[in-house]
Amino acid sequence: MKRFRRHGHDSQRDKLKQELYQFNKSVEHGFPHQPSALAYSPDLDLLAIGTRSGAIKLYGAPGVEFMGLHDENATVTQVHFLPHQLELVTLLDDNSLHMWTLRAHQGVSELLEVGRFTLTGPPGAPPSVTRVTTVLAHSSGELLLLGTEGGHVFVVEVPGFRELEERNISVEDIQARIPEEYVPRRNLECVEALHEKPLNPNQVLIGYGRGLMVLWDLERQCAIQHFLGTQQLESVWWMEDGEHILSSHSDGSYCCWLTTGGDVQSEPEKQDTPYGSFPCKAISKVLQFPTKQGPPFLIFSGGMPRASYGDRHCISVIHSKTHIALDFTSRIIDFFVIREGEQHTGDPSALVVLVEEELVVVDLLTDGWPVIQTPYLVPLHCSAITCSHHVSSIPFKLWERILAAGDVQNTHYSNKPWPITGGQNLAREPPQRDLLLTGHEDGTVRFWDASGVCLHPMYKLSTAGVFHTDGDPNDNLNQGAEGEWPPFRKVGCFDPYSDDPRLGIQKIHLCKYSGILTVAGTAGQILVLELNDEMAEQVVPATVVDLLQGQDGFRWKGHTRLDVREEPVSFPAGFQPFALVQCQPPAVITAIALHSEWKLVAFGTSHGFGVYDYQQKSNVFARCTLNPSDQLAMEGPLSRVKSIKKSLRQSFRRIRRSRVSMRKHQTANAAKLQELNAKLEAEALQEMELAPVQRRIEARSSDDSFTGLVRTLYFADSFITDSTHCTPSLWAGTNGGAVFAYMLRLPPVERRMEDPVTGSQAKEIQLMHRAPVVGLAILDGRGVPLPEPLEVAHDLARSPDMLASHHLLVISEEQFKLFTLPKVSTKTKLKLTAIDGSRVRRVGVALFGSSRVEDYGENGLVVLTNQGELHVISLPAIKMQVHHPCIRREDVSGIASCVFTKYGQGFYLISPSEFERFSLSARWVVEPRCLVESPNIPSTVVDPTKTRCLGDGYDGSDIRRGNDNEVLQEIQKSLEGDQMGHADNNIKPSD
Amino acid sequence: MSRNQRTPLKNTDNLVEVKSKYEAEYRRFALKRTNNGGFQEFYKLLQNIHRIPGVDVLLGYADIHGDLLPINNDDNFHKAVTSANPLLRIIIQRRGTKKTDEDEPVVFATNSLQRRRKGLAGLRSTQQKSKQQLIIGMPQDFRQISSIIDVDILPETHRRVRLHKHGTNKPLGFYIRDGVSVRVTPQGVEKVPGVFISRLVRGGLAESTGLLAVNDEILEVNGINVAGKSLDQVTDMMVANSHNLIVTVKPANQRNNVVHRGSKTSVGASSAGSGGSTVSQDSAPSPTSQTVSQYSNSNSVAEGDSDDEGDLIIESDGMPVYTPHHSLPNGNSSHADALSLSAPPPPRGQRPLPQSVSLPSTSSLSDSKASLSSLTTPTHNGSPSKTSSSQESMREDGNFITL
Repeated sequence: MKRFRRHGHDSQRDKLKQELYQFNKSVEHGFPHQPSALAYSPDLDLLAIGTRSGAIKLYGAPGVEFMGLHDENATVTQVHFLPHQLELVTLLDDNSLHMWTLRAHQGVSELLEVGRFTLTGPPGAPPSVTRVTTVLAHSSGELLLLGTEGGHVFVVEVPGFRELEERNISVEDIQARIPEEYVPRRNLECVEALHEKPLNPNQVLIGYGRGLMVLWDLERQCAIQHFLGTQQLESVWWMEDGEHILSSHSDGSYCCWLTTGGDVQSEPEKQDTPYGSFPCKAISKVLQFPTKQGPPFLIFSGGMPRASYGDRHCISVIHSKTHIALDFTSRIIDFFVIREGEQHTGDPSALVVLVEEELVVVDLLTDGWPVIQTPYLVPLHCSAITCSHHVSSIPFKLWERILAAGDVQNTHYSNKPWPITGGQNLAREPPQRDLLLTGHEDGTVRFWDASGVCLHPMYKLSTAGVFHTDGDPNDNLNQGAEGEWPPFRKVGCFDPYSDDPRLGIQKIHLCKYSGILTVAGTAGQILVLELNDEMAEQVVPATVVDLLQGQDGFRWKGHTRLDVREEPVSFPAGFQPFALVQCQPPAVITAIALHSEWKLVAFGTSHGFGVYDYQQKSNVFARCTLNPSDQLAMEGPLSRVKSIKKSLRQSFRRIRRSRVSMRKHQTANAAKLQELNAKLEAEALQEMELAPVQRRIEARSSDDSFTGLVRTLYFADSFITDSTHCTPSLWAGTNGGAVFAYMLRLPPVERRMEDPVTGSQAKEIQLMHRAPVVGLAILDGRGVPLPEPLEVAHDLARSPDMLASHHLLVISEEQFKLFTLPKVSTKTKLKLTAIDGSRVRRVGVALFGSSRVEDYGENGLVVLTNQGELHVISLPAIKMQVHHPCIRREDVSGIASCVFTKYGQGFYLISPSEFERFSLSARWVVEPRCLVESPNIPSTVVDPTKTRCLGDGYDGSDIRRGNDNEVLQEIQKSLEGDQMGHADNNIKPSD
Repeated sequence: MSRNQRTPLKNTDNLVEVKSKYEAEYRRFALKRTNNGGFQEFYKLLQNIHRIPGVDVLLGYADIHGDLLPINNDDNFHKAVTSANPLLRIIIQRRGTKKTDEDEPVVFATNSLQRRRKGLAGLRSTQQKSKQQLIIGMPQDFRQISSIIDVDILPETHRRVRLHKHGTNKPLGFYIRDGVSVRVTPQGVEKVPGVFISRLVRGGLAESTGLLAVNDEILEVNGINVAGKSLDQVTDMMVANSHNLIVTVKPANQRNNVVHRGSKTSVGASSAGSGGSTVSQDSAPSPTSQTVSQYSNSNSVAEGDSDDEGDLIIESDGMPVYTPHHSLPNGNSSHADALSLSAPPPPRGQRPLPQSVSLPSTSSLSDSKASLSSLTTPTHNGSPSKTSSSQESMREDGNFITL
């Protein structure tokens, strides 16, 4: 221990730094932004999602996840797993194909791109000839069939992407054999569908846009059968028996064709328009599965009556007499069905639907088809995230109680286990239980298990019940009225609409020892909640606190205070509010602090701050920090003035989006349009650059707007007035560089209910540079930040050193300054802005453990700057330790969303729906470690548990790991060898 | 008591002819060239002569170059008397008539008188006509607002300017923008992104120094190179340093550059407080480079860090307490110097320097140059008004950080 303390030698210190700090971005939590493609491999039991930004993500059993990113950053339009292999192929909208593989490396699989390929047509041919619209990964695992816009089908050998020209199926070959009387024969349009015939891999069904379907024999290279559809074709599905074909059409109908008949079938065996009579929208995909009992499952998307329900995003499921139209809140990207049984050939068990904003899995085995709760890919943004709060190492008791409260809420979910179970999660059990709380626009707070790789929802708290809101809570119950046609059922939880923006959550603080939670919102409301295992009906007493304190001459032009329900409100088990503070003016709460030992809550707005005693339910004091000349702060929420650049960019995006979604296969046009748009955008940006952007250089002045805005609040027990007695105190930092210290007088415990708590100002520090104060901390005699309230009482922290003198650390946006206490004078400081022009945006105190020595750790400040850089600054020396670029500096919302854990990790939003997790600590890293094995293992070696059916997820894999370790290693080795070979092959064609 | 006589004396070497003007009235009298008492006596004398006892007035005189310069202490009174050749023209103005703000018509100025041939008759009208006149206030109100520093170590094409913002309400008053800088490299001409001054606010500190101009490229901010930094970063750096901003620029107009003579006229060695402010002697001061300079300028150059130690701390008793200033190794923090009153009064008269730069107080140089240049008259440090000015700056600092 001792030798670490001496920082004398630089190289020694450098070595120590390496043991303490290590930066990596480890996991992305949440739901991928703008998904664009979905695929599922029954062999691997893995799910793949492609996104518009070119990312590809694979998910299996909880904890098994992989991510890859295409260099092109183009939209992933299709993903296909190669049957019985570890490879998958992606198609991007720049018409390039990419081969990915899961390669085992040191016992952990990695997702790697191993090859790329772009179809080249004959010289002089229009680009539509090679524009890929459909991909069929042949079950042999050696062939890819690529249907194109020009109507050709190209055959490519994989891996290696070798074009087999002699096997291509040109549209002329097809046309030559079509009966003369078939009207669309002159122009078949693009290849819309390619399907292998079940039980006979040599026969492939080719569906063309105008409705023609041709059964082609790959061996004999000739067409066997023609199905003369006359409606625009959307999709094709082979029945399992191989005798029937379903085709879906743009007029909202689907047809059933018989393949056992003669060469030319001019009429379908059966035709149906499920939502009939009036014009309907297209059925974009249709599936049918037989069941053991008899009646099949028919599942199709779309087909809604155009006029009345054309805007709904629906998937209809018809089984026997049950018919439900699952009504999603966002656009459907794609869906698939998981089937029971070892070979995935049994009854359909789950319907997996990827919509634009979430993944929904419907349990088809349980009556009523309930939804299965997803263990990952959770839509964090059901309602927009407005703030987040992280609590490390939650006591087990509290954890259990939150889980129990969450279970009560989840009764409407299916109790079937998660059906996607591919891969093995090899990650260590997380060392502690961590909780991430997110506040949302609709007034809810969601509790997430953030201990491991899967961000798992635990519990959801709604604060709206305390107030009267415009929205009628019974709205959602009106659905599913008797006899409604189509029979809609709302599914999914993505609901971006908020009834009342004032309910939005702005600040959260949870005391993990007492279970007291404070939640503060947009309309100046602060709720104090307590965890209760029983439901309760109670009145929430409201206290209005005037933060103007007699400052008059102002008129608040913002929103009004929330209207509190005065009658008793029933609260379900979980966190139940028992006290409410409402600030006047009802400005957004900008800072809160909770001291559960003293039972005090401090809160601040742009007008001032106050302290509330939730034991006696009374306000202790309020302090106005408003500058009398600051009119802007009075006027209420800032009117967001959009920059021209931003609004222009947005409108371009809107145009582009609408064009992309216009129609699936006008791809050539879409590509052209996109190009044009990109050019326009570039030009617009260039023009923008010509107009000079100016920045005013001016010193901060006390007359600037929002100088009184309270940025940070901090409770501390320290030496405020003299160096012998420590007293409870509250510290507040403002936007104008001021720090106020209030001495708090608490009555003795036995008189805590009767005697009032009082506060009086003890100190005021006005920083010369006037930069906003973003953080405050007091370091004890050893230079360690003071512990949290109740932490010492629960024996979880060393009690602070009260012998040596304490120091106050003031963190402004521009610099870090350490002051002596009780007499305040500067001791050390570190300038940040003056040196590199970056400003502190987020700051947290963290403990960094050494990765080498178990019992050594250092406290440090973790800082995120407006340039998106992370810094670690040592305490109490205030010296820069390491810095890493982390977030793009343009990503302002990402930077603003960042939260730090107590152990050197952090989260930030990379999109409205995704948290990126990063770690600065060398000891504590949460990252996925998982292994996916090839399904090609010869059956003799495989333990019977290998091919799992639903339900025996982990156990099976665990047993096998024990038994066949050696065999597995051997297989892996040979596989790795194979793949290396592939890689070599693959590099050539891409050049 | 100096004697005075109503009838002008002639052919007397030790007498000075005085012609004083108050409003429309003239008085002529003589004064002993030596041993004529001090400024206070002279002031009373003039009040007597013009029969305006009790009226608060400002005194000015026309020096040999035709500049109207103030008389408000013993030193510049002596200077006025000794430089009278043969006539000493005194102009008396009421003090109370106009508010002392920036719009006040010029009281004391350079150049204005120079253009008039010798006569002073049209003096007032000239002053009122000229719009963009620079104002010279009372010496005790002087405060350094800018300086050119490190001339000896910088390339000639660059200029390092320090802007002193202490206590003024004047805005720094400039804007910066992104731009393209052309550099000549061994590989040829290279275009790199740079940051430039895009606008100067009228009446702002930056404009009033005349040392910064639109399209000057910003190279460094307080010693930190800004290459590779974004406009926002540079903005933040400047704001963070706004109390003592040192910008190194590459002026767009390279014609006014300081020309090195090889001689190390650097002030670093010349006097304790002269924080390196210098300009070579023979540079022709351009009209734009004229500005008000602190009377006892070079002493109050605040060194880098001392500025932001001025956090205001109010302890529980409610009395403001300033954090003690760390005394700097070279000991020229502004307060430390401002409070040291021990500087002996200079041996000779002095006058405010109508330039943005202070000059080295090496007397040998000053002697030789005094007769050559009309403007680069040497200045000496220290002044009787020092006490008051230091209190002033203290108070201003206080204002600045008081809530």
